[in-house]
Amino acid sequence: MAEMKTAAYVCRGCGIGERIDTARTAKVAEKEGKVQLVRQHDFLCNAEGVQLIRDDIEKEGVTHIAIGACSRRSKTEAFYFPTVALSRANLREGVIWTQPETEEARETTQEMADDYVRMACAEVKKMKLPAGNPEVGHAKRLLVVGGGVSGMTAALEAAKAGYSVVLVEKTGSLGGWAAKIHQRVPFHEPYQDPAPTGVTELAAAVTGDPGIKVYLNATLSRTSGAPGRFKVQIATESGGSSAEEVGAIVQATGFTTYDIAKLPELGGGKSPNVVDQAGLEKLAMEAAAKGQPIRRPSDGGEVKTVAFVQCAGQRDETGTHLPYCSGHCCATSIKQAMYFKDANPGVDTVVIYTDLRVPGNGEDFYRSGQSKGVTFTKGKVSSVEAGGNGCKVNFHDLILDDKNASIQADLVVLATGQVPVSGVNIEKQEEMPAEEKKVISILNLDYRQGPDLPQLKYGFTDSHFICFPYETRRTGIYAAGPVRRPMDMVQAIEDATGATLKAIQAMENAELGRAAHPRSGDLSFPSFRVDGCTQCKRCTVECPFGAIDEDEQRYPVFNESRCRRCGTCMGACPVRVISFENYSVDTVGSQIKAVDMPDEFSEKPRILVLACENDAYPALDMAGMTRTQYSAFVRVIPVRCLGSVNSIWITDALNSGYDGVMLMGCKHGDDYQCHFVKGSELATYRMSKIDDTLKQLALETERVATYEVAITDIARVPRLINDYAAKINEIGMSPLKGFA
Amino acid sequence: MGDMNIQAIEQYRSDFLKEVEERVEEGHWVKMCMQCGVCSGSCPFGPHWAHPPQEIFMMIRAGKREEVLSSDSMWMCTSCYNCVVRCPRQLPITQIMHGLATYAHRLGLAPRNQPTRDFSILFWENCTKTGRVNELKLTLGVYFREGLMAGIKKAWNMRNIGFGLLLTKRLNPFELFKGHACKDQKGIHAMLKKAQEIEARRHKLPA
Repeated sequence: MAEMKTAAYVCRGCGIGERIDTARTAKVAEKEGKVQLVRQHDFLCNAEGVQLIRDDIEKEGVTHIAIGACSRRSKTEAFYFPTVALSRANLREGVIWTQPETEEARETTQEMADDYVRMACAEVKKMKLPAGNPEVGHAKRLLVVGGGVSGMTAALEAAKAGYSVVLVEKTGSLGGWAAKIHQRVPFHEPYQDPAPTGVTELAAAVTGDPGIKVYLNATLSRTSGAPGRFKVQIATESGGSSAEEVGAIVQATGFTTYDIAKLPELGGGKSPNVVDQAGLEKLAMEAAAKGQPIRRPSDGGEVKTVAFVQCAGQRDETGTHLPYCSGHCCATSIKQAMYFKDANPGVDTVVIYTDLRVPGNGEDFYRSGQSKGVTFTKGKVSSVEAGGNGCKVNFHDLILDDKNASIQADLVVLATGQVPVSGVNIEKQEEMPAEEKKVISILNLDYRQGPDLPQLKYGFTDSHFICFPYETRRTGIYAAGPVRRPMDMVQAIEDATGATLKAIQAMENAELGRAAHPRSGDLSFPSFRVDGCTQCKRCTVECPFGAIDEDEQRYPVFNESRCRRCGTCMGACPVRVISFENYSVDTVGSQIKAVDMPDEFSEKPRILVLACENDAYPALDMAGMTRTQYSAFVRVIPVRCLGSVNSIWITDALNSGYDGVMLMGCKHGDDYQCHFVKGSELATYRMSKIDDTLKQLALETERVATYEVAITDIARVPRLINDYAAKINEIGMSPLKGFA
Repeated sequence: MGDMNIQAIEQYRSDFLKEVEERVEEGHWVKMCMQCGVCSGSCPFGPHWAHPPQEIFMMIRAGKREEVLSSDSMWMCTSCYNCVVRCPRQLPITQIMHGLATYAHRLGLAPRNQPTRDFSILFWENCTKTGRVNELKLTLGVYFREGLMAGIKKAWNMRNIGFGLLLTKRLNPFELFKGHACKDQKGIHAMLKKAQEIEARRHKLPA
C-alpha cells in the first residue's frame, strides 16, 4: 500500500437522502475532503452497495475509505473491509435521527452532515491500516499458580481444551484448603447432607494428566515477558530453579483465614475450645480418622453443646477487622453443625447469626439443617468467656431484644473470613524492603509497576466484579477463586473455568498480534517516536495495565502484547509522540480542524464532544434510535477512552474557534465503569488542570466540561448537550473565531 | 392439671423445643422458622399482642417455657390465616398458635380470665354435654361471666334484639330449662373420648 487512494461513499438510505442534500455532501467530500473518488448510493449496506466498494478496492486500488451512512456501531459486518483504512461519518443516528424534521432545521442538519463527512475524510487520510503487533509470542502453555481446587480445576480445564499446563504449588501437595476439610457443602440436589470433598480424585486427575506438569514446593522467583511469551523462573524448595515459557497465567492463590488471635473478645486464642471453622475441620478430620465423635479439645470430654458465631471479625464497621462478608461461612457453619447432628441428634448446635446468607442452592441446605434440629438464633455475639472446659457465649438476642442473652457451650466455632493471598500491594510497595517484597510476592513480575497484580478492594485482585470477571489489570494474567473475591468451592470451580477460557483467548490473540479484552481482536498497537521523547515517564506511570517498562536510557518500552489499546499513554504524552496506526493525535486533531467554523456573528456556535466509544457514544447512538433530539451545534468524535484524550485536542479546538468542549467518559472512583479502569479518572484529573490554559487564552472555564456518562444515559445525554448549548449561548460565542 | 405441668418439666428438663415438638399440635414445625418476620408483619392483630408468632417461635427455641405458656399472645389469634398464606417456609402458624394455647390450657398455665379462653371453655362444655350448642345458655354464660350485676346490665342492653329473636321464633326461652340434644348423646361422648385418647397418644401426653 505504497500510495494512498481515497474514496468517500455517501448513503441515501434510511431516510438520509430525504433529509440531506447528499449531492451537496458528496461535493463537500470531493472539494473540501479532497477525496479522489466520491460515490453516492441509495442503499449502501446492501449486497450491491458493498460490492461497489469492494470493486473500487480491487479495481481502482482504493486504500482509504470514508463512509457517510449510519453510526460506526451499525452495519459493521457489511462495512468490513480488512484490507483498507476505514472511517465512518455518522449521518443517521448522529444527524437525521437527532434533528427535527422541519424546514427551519434543514440548514443546520445539512451543515451537521457536511461536517461529519469533512471529519471522516480528514480522519481517514491520517489513518494507516494496522499491521498487527509484530512482537507476537507463540507459547500456548498455561501457567497455573496455586494447587487448590481453583488451580487444579483451571489446569484440568485447560488440559481438556488441549493446552499444556504448568502448575506451581507452594506446598508439598495438591489440594489446598479443600484437602484440609472433612466434608464439603453439597453441590447437587437434594442439598441435604455434607458431601465428600472429592479432592483426592481431583488431585489424582491432575497428576495423572500427561499435559499437566506439576511443581510442588515451588514458587515463582521471576515472571517477565508478555502474553504469548511469559518467561517464568520457578524456584523449588530444594534450591533448584527451572525456567518455563508460558502464554498466559491463571493466578489461583486462594486465601488464608483471618487470624482468630485478633478476636480475643470472642475467646480467640484464649482456649482450645474456641476454634475457627478451619480448626473445627481439623478436629472433624482427626475424629473421623479415629472413628469417634468430635471431642472437647481441652480435656477430651463429650461435646453436648456447640455454638457457632457467624461474622466473627467480618462485616466489621469499626475498621478493626474485615469489612466484608466472605459468603461461604453461613453454609459452612450449617455443614459443621451437621457433623454433630448427624453423629448424635442429642448434641445441641446453635448458630448465632445476624443475617444468614446462603448463596446458590444454600436455602435447601439451610432448611435441611433446620429439620435436623440445628438451632438458629438471630443475635449479635458480644463476648465469649472461655476458660476451663466450658465457654459462655454472651449475645444480644435481636428477635427478643434481650441484651443479656447467653448460652453455655462446650465448643465455640468462630466463622472468620477469607483473606486473599494476593502478594504485594503494589500501591504501597514503596514502604517495603526489596527482599521482603521478593518473599511475599507471588508472581515476582519484573514490570515497572510492581511485582504483583493490582488489587481492587480489600486486597482482592480483580478489575471489575461485574463487567469483567477474572480480568486483572495485567494482560494475560487472570485471577480465579478466592484471591479474586470471597467464595465457596463451587464458585471457585466456576471461576477457574472462566479464567482458563479467558487465558486461552489471551494466548490465541497474542499469537495473532491482536489485543485482548476489551478491544479483543484489535490489531493496532502504540508506537512512539524516539527522537521526540523527553523521558518524562508519564506514559509508563499512567498505563493502567503496566504494559510500558523503561529501558536503560529510560525510554519507554511498549510491551505490545500487554497493551489493551486504550490510548491512555497517548493522552498522557506531553510531546505527543505516541500514536496508533489508526488512532492518533492526528486522526482526532484533523477531525477537529476539519469542521467548518461559522463566524462570531452567525449565531451558530460549535461544540466539540469527545465521547467514550464504550459508553457515551453508544448512549448517543441510542438517543438517535429513540429519536431524542439534541442541539445541531455539536460535533461528536468517539474516542477509545477518555484517558486517550490529549490536551492538545482541547487547546486546538478552542484555538480554532469552538465555543465549548464536552468530554464524556465513564464513571470513575470506587465503583468505576471505565473499561480501562483508570482512563476516565486520569482524564478528569488532567482536565482539572486545563483551567490555566483557558485563562491563558482569556476564555471562561465553562468552555471545557467533563461528564460521567453511562451507557444507559440515553435520555440524559441529549439533555446534557442541550443544557450545555444553552450555557454556551449564555456566555456567548468564543472570541477566538477566525484566528486559526 | 398442675401435676401434668410438673411431669412435663421433669420429662423435658430444659428442652422446651422438644416438648413443643412432641406435645403441641404441629409443634414440629417450630424449628423450621427462619425468623423473617413476615407473619408478624401480616398479622392484623400484630401490634396488640405481647409476642407475635416470630417471637413466640424464637422464645420456644430459647427455652423460655414459662413466658410462652403463660402468655396471652396465642389466645389473640383470630384464625385469619394471613400468616399461613404468606409464610415463605409454609409453617401452619395458626394451627401452632391454637396448639400452644390448648397445651398451655391443659397444663393450667394459660392466663386466667382471658376472654378467648373463657369463651372457649364455655363453648366446649356447652356443646359436648348434649352434642348440640345451646345458644341461649351460651349467650347468658358469656353475659354473666363477670358477675350478676354485669350480666343483668348486658342482658338489658340487648333486650331489643332478644325480643326480636323471640318474635321471629329464633329463640326459645324453654331451652333454658332442658334444651334440645342430639339423638345419640352417648355416641358423641364415646367419640370424643376416643379422639382424646388418640391425641394423648400422638402427643405423648400422660394418660
